[in-house]
Amino acid sequence: MRLQKQKKEDAEGDMTPMIDIVFQLIAFFMVLVNFTKVDADDRVKLPSSALAKPPEQKLKFPVTLQMTADGMVILGGDLMDVESPDLDNRLIRERRAAGEKVGPGGIDEVPVIIRAHELAPTGKVQKLITLCQSKGFQRFRLRAKEETKGG
Amino acid sequence: MKVRKRDKTDKIELQMTPMIDIVFQLLVFFIMTFNIVEVEGDFNILMPGAPSTETLTDVAPVKLPLRMTADAQGNLATMTLEGSPITGGFDELHQRILGKVGEGSSSEGDYEVEIQCDFELKYRFVIDAITAVRGRLKKIDGEDEVISLVEKIRFAQPVKKGG
Repeated sequence: MRLQKQKKEDAEGDMTPMIDIVFQLIAFFMVLVNFTKVDADDRVKLPSSALAKPPEQKLKFPVTLQMTADGMVILGGDLMDVESPDLDNRLIRERRAAGEKVGPGGIDEVPVIIRAHELAPTGKVQKLITLCQSKGFQRFRLRAKEETKGG
Repeated sequence: MKVRKRDKTDKIELQMTPMIDIVFQLLVFFIMTFNIVEVEGDFNILMPGAPSTETLTDVAPVKLPLRMTADAQGNLATMTLEGSPITGGFDELHQRILGKVGEGSSSEGDYEVEIQCDFELKYRFVIDAITAVRGRLKKIDGEDEVISLVEKIRFAQPVKKGG
């Protein structure tokens, strides 16, 4: 058998294909990555529903309230109990802030997005809704994860 | 002016190593930040706080009371629509609503489902019930379209067990 000797001082591989692929990978991940602010929280696992469709138009100044599995409310990153006066005050403030943003006519249209954990007790969710109602909110959006059938 | 003469070499040797370092770092960064965002959707529910505003509507909708009870763990135990029990789960609930309302979308405004749950019932079942009541997906030309049944949903005061 004949062995070909390939002794070079500096082994120079051809870098071009590798760089091609690596750039493609970068481009792929750059396109897929989205920096849109998602108000998702690790503590909340949404229930799934086949009918949950993303809203057609962007919501105007929504107030997002999240609820964990044990019925605690997350508003703006802070964890609160449903019945705590803290949440009460925060909601009043949110309401006022939303009112300033939309102007006088649109205050009734300000939606409240409720992202409750799928195992949260319904009574707590309803308590939260009732609390929001008492602050003047009318439009509620119960958020759910879109269910993909057979896939 | 003095022009510095460069050494003339036959081939310009590019330094690949720093570029590859940076490129790999970029790659790792984008892989790490890559997260699959689940598509989320909403159920729109209008619930005015004061009941007095309701008198403005000319015809009061027909109320369909749906009662859901929970067991000790918060799972769904029983379901009754207008007092009669539903044993076949949410599929039967959907069929019952469909039988009442009919598929014609013209009548959807005339019905209202009032959901009354046990306090401890897991929220998931409420969403399932709303899904069953709201409508269903139908394939039209290969695309999913929502056939809506009852748009109006209201919540009644939850029932608390054991005081």
